[in-house]
Amino acid sequence: MNPKVFVVDDHAIFLSGLRSELGESFEIVGEATDVDEAIDAIRKAKPDVVLVDVHMPGGGGAAIVSAVVKDRPEVRFLALSVSDAAEDVIAVIRAGARGYVTKSISPANLADAIRRVNDGDAVFSPRLAGFVLDAFAGDATVIADPELDQLTAREREVLRLIARGYSYREVANKLSLSVKTIETHVSAVLRKLQLTSRYELARWATERRIV
Amino acid sequence: MAGGLAERLGVDPVVIRFSFVVLGLAGGAGAICYLLLWMLSANPEGHAVPVSIPPAVRPTIATISVVTGSLLVLRGFGIWLGDGVVWPVALAATGSAVIWSRGRHVRVAPLRIVAGVLLIAASIASFLAQHVGLNTPRNLVFAVTITIAAIALLLGPWIWRIGKRVTEEQRDRIRSEERAEMAAHLHDSVLQTLALIQRTSAPGEATSLARRQERELRAWLYRRSSPEERATLNDAIDALAARVEEGYRVRVDAVVVGDRALDERLKALVDACGEAATNAARHSGADSVSLYVEADDSSATAYVRDQGRGFAVSSVPHDRRGIADSIRGRVERYGGTASIKTAPGEGTEVHLYMPRNGNGG
Repeated sequence: MNPKVFVVDDHAIFLSGLRSELGESFEIVGEATDVDEAIDAIRKAKPDVVLVDVHMPGGGGAAIVSAVVKDRPEVRFLALSVSDAAEDVIAVIRAGARGYVTKSISPANLADAIRRVNDGDAVFSPRLAGFVLDAFAGDATVIADPELDQLTAREREVLRLIARGYSYREVANKLSLSVKTIETHVSAVLRKLQLTSRYELARWATERRIV
Repeated sequence: MAGGLAERLGVDPVVIRFSFVVLGLAGGAGAICYLLLWMLSANPEGHAVPVSIPPAVRPTIATISVVTGSLLVLRGFGIWLGDGVVWPVALAATGSAVIWSRGRHVRVAPLRIVAGVLLIAASIASFLAQHVGLNTPRNLVFAVTITIAAIALLLGPWIWRIGKRVTEEQRDRIRSEERAEMAAHLHDSVLQTLALIQRTSAPGEATSLARRQERELRAWLYRRSSPEERATLNDAIDALAARVEEGYRVRVDAVVVGDRALDERLKALVDACGEAATNAARHSGADSVSLYVEADDSSATAYVRDQGRGFAVSSVPHDRRGIADSIRGRVERYGGTASIKTAPGEGTEVHLYMPRNGNGG
C-alpha cells in the first residue's frame, strides 16, 4: 500500500509541482498553505508522512510539527526548504521532524526520502549532516549529558560521508557496515539532535523563541 | 425645573425644592445652582432651553464646573496652598490647555492663542501682584523664575510636538531608505534574472540561472550584513559553487563545516577545490558535484566528489596540467596534500588536506 502523504507549502506553484511528481508513487491525502490550516487538516487526513516547508508565515514548519506530534505521534514529518539558515532547519528537526532535504532534490531522491521517513528512519541530506557536524563541533561550554551532547567517532564518520554526498548504501560499503547499521547511527544522531542541550542549539532555540 | 430634575434623578420633587431652599440659605449657592440649571436644562414639554448652548461646548462647561467645584471643596476643607498660589496656577494651566488642546476647528486657533496668552498673563500678573514688590534681588529672581515657568507652559507643548515630529520623520526616512536599498538590490538581481529566464528557451540554462539567483538572494537575506564580514570560507565556497554551476550547468551541493575567516592557506584550498570541481563538471558527465569542506583551527579538509565516469589516473596525459599544478601544486605550496581516488565507471573523489599553522608556507 502506498504511503499517504500530506504536503504543506505556502507556495502554490511548488505544491502543484510536488503533487504531480509524487502522485504516481504516493497517495496525496491533502495539502495546506498555512500553519493553522495545516494543523487542522493533518489531524483530519491522518497521513503517514507530511512534507513540510521550513519557512512559512505564522511560525513556520516547526510550529506545525510540534503542534501535531503531541497528539499524533504516528505522523512522520520530512522538512523541505530552500533555506540556508541552520537555526531554522535545526528548529524543525528539534520540533520532531525526522529529516530535512533541500527543495532542489531530484524527484527520485525525494520519493526515496519519503519512504525512508515512512519506515521510521531518519533522512539526512548532505546539508543537514553539515549543520549537525557544525552544531556538535568542538567542545561545548557545558556537557550536561555526554550520551546526548556528543557524537561518537563512528557517528561523525557517517555524517561526514553523508555531507560528502554519499548515499546510505555508499556509506555502508565504504565503512564495511550494513545499511541497517548506518540507519541506526543516523537515527541515533537524530535523537541526540532533538534532545541535546548543547549551548549552540540552546542559543539557536532562544534566538528563535522556540524551546 | 425642580420637577424635571427630580424626574431625571428619580427623587421626589419636594426633596429637590427643599434642597434648593437650604442651599439658598447657605450663602446663596442654591440660588446660583437653580439659575444655572434653569438656563441649561430643557423643560419637560421639550421647548427650547432659555439659553441655547451648542453641544460641542457642553463638555467644556461641565469640565470647568467640576474642576472649579473640586477646587472650592478642597479650599473649604483647608487642603490648600493659599489663594495666592492656586488660582494663578489654575489660570495658567487653563491658558496652556486652551492654547494646546487640539480643536476640531483649526480656524479658531488664533483666538485660542490670544485667550490662552491672556489667561497666562493674568495668572502671572496676579501672582506677582500678591507676592512682590520687585525691590529686592530675591523677589526679582522669583519673578524671573515665574516668568520662565510661564513661558515653558506656553512653548513646552509646542517644542515637544516638534521633537516628536522630527523623530517620526527620521524613522520614516530610515524606513524609506531601507526600502529603496532593497528595491535596488532586487531590481539588480532577481528582476534581471527573471527577465533573462523569460528570454531563454533552453531549460538547462533557466535552471542554472535560477539556481545562481537563489544562491545570491539567500546569501544576501540570511548572511552577512557588511562587506568586511564576507571574507569567510563559507562565502568563498558559495561563490565557487555558483561559478561552477553557471559555467558548466551542473548542480554543486556545497557543505561547509566550521566556517573560518579566509587566510592565505584557506584561499589556496578553495582555489584547489574550484579546480577539482571544474574538472568534475567538465569531464565526469555527472549532473551534480558534491563539495565538502571542514575546517578547524589546526587544519582544513576538503572533498570534491562526482559520480560520473571516472578515469584511470595513469591515462591522463602529462601535458594536462590541471591536476598536477592547479590542485596538487596549490595545496603543497602550503604544506598540504592532495589525493585522487577514481577508476573508470566509479566516479571521482579528490581529497585535499591543508594544515592551518606551522609547516611550510
